[in-house]
Amino acid sequence: MDKHISVPFSGNTAASLQAGDYVYLTGTIYTARDAAHKRMYEAWEKKEKLPLEMENNIIYYMGPSPARPGRPIGSAGPTTASRMDKYAPVLLDMGLKGMIGKGKRSGAVKEAVVRNGAVYFAAIGGAGALLSRAIISSEVIAYDDLGTEAIRKLEVKDFPVIVVMDAKGNDLYETAIREYHQETCLF
Amino acid sequence: MRTLNVDKVTEAIKEMCIEANHFLPEDMQCAMQGAIDTEKSVLGKQILEQLCENMEIAGKDMIPICQDTGMAVVFMEIGQEVHFEGGFVEDAVNEGVRQGYREGFLRKSVVNDPVLRENTGDNTPAVIHYSMIPGDKVIITVAPKGFGSENMSRIFMLKPADGIEGVKNAVLTAVKEAGPNACPPMIVGVGIGGTFEKCALMAKKALTRSIGQHSEIRYVQELEEELLERINCSGIGPGGLGGTTTALAVHINTYPTHIAGLPVAVNICCHVNRHVVRSL
Repeated sequence: MDKHISVPFSGNTAASLQAGDYVYLTGTIYTARDAAHKRMYEAWEKKEKLPLEMENNIIYYMGPSPARPGRPIGSAGPTTASRMDKYAPVLLDMGLKGMIGKGKRSGAVKEAVVRNGAVYFAAIGGAGALLSRAIISSEVIAYDDLGTEAIRKLEVKDFPVIVVMDAKGNDLYETAIREYHQETCLF
Repeated sequence: MRTLNVDKVTEAIKEMCIEANHFLPEDMQCAMQGAIDTEKSVLGKQILEQLCENMEIAGKDMIPICQDTGMAVVFMEIGQEVHFEGGFVEDAVNEGVRQGYREGFLRKSVVNDPVLRENTGDNTPAVIHYSMIPGDKVIITVAPKGFGSENMSRIFMLKPADGIEGVKNAVLTAVKEAGPNACPPMIVGVGIGGTFEKCALMAKKALTRSIGQHSEIRYVQELEEELLERINCSGIGPGGLGGTTTALAVHINTYPTHIAGLPVAVNICCHVNRHVVRSL
């Protein structure tokens, strides 16, 4: 089902989303990938303040290519989410409501998604040029020295994602693949 | 003996890095279009259409097809009659990568040390594979490789007794584990035989073959066809969200091996299977 929602969003909105929904996000989201997650996690371990409030926010696992002059951003598609699995449960427990990436998540992440009533979205991997059109502005807000891995605040309009894991723990990767799996493949 | 100034190599590599990241080879475009017609999942078809639209936007607006513009893998096939002048050829290749990634607004994704991990800032060094060929030409292949799919690649040191069934099982295991992480529809490059490193290199090189161009060895061609069919029955589908298009091609290269071994390498590439070839 196609849905248009504004971001950040509350737990009520998260609860209304179901695995398989095609969702267009409008509002503010933040980027962070491997190096930024490692740094935020280390800050959390030392009980320091994180550069980003987690409450009701959405993190997009993405490191863009450089913007050409006059453009807000370069190519901007999702990176593989499982590399952030080590760090995601802590952020979800701090109030993070959504993650955008691609690929499978660990059992610990799924438990944290359900425990906190959050959502994991997939954006289409390898569609960075197309997805960049839904990004209106981009601003580095922390860890500038990490280059493409810095934390960016993005304003998005109708950014297309698919709910893969909903707040009840349903996983589209598992159900959709079963639907098209044929016995003749023998694996 | 033909003399070739290394500046020519730098210039070519620069242009090829930019071209590869904005324009996919025609065979890839055709394969994607063909997959739209055969895909059975509605969502899968929609994703394939968006991937084709993505390719159009990339070329028209000069935005890289994927933000992961890869680590630059360069095959240098050097004619034995060629004499390079003007500097060290390896420096010339890296200078081409440096210029291409800077001037083409491509992402710098290389860290200087696998453990210490400081970004080199210019996407160098490239991974360069040299080989000698007859004649006085230099054939350069630039194949920027993204790591979403590279991370899902596998090597299996099978026993001779595992035979062809063991090979099939290895390829299917790698594809199944890769699933949605490798940005399907994927291209599956396979190397069978040789040694540990030889089979990995054959798998990488297999990704640069044109789609639909099969091995000339009869049983290998049949193996390519069978594996593609079985992979597309797995259900993984476009984006890993279910469907009948999980791979666009399986390309296999083989080489003689030792009496005690059967090495199999599976190098997976996402649908952004970039490679540009030029002859100097």
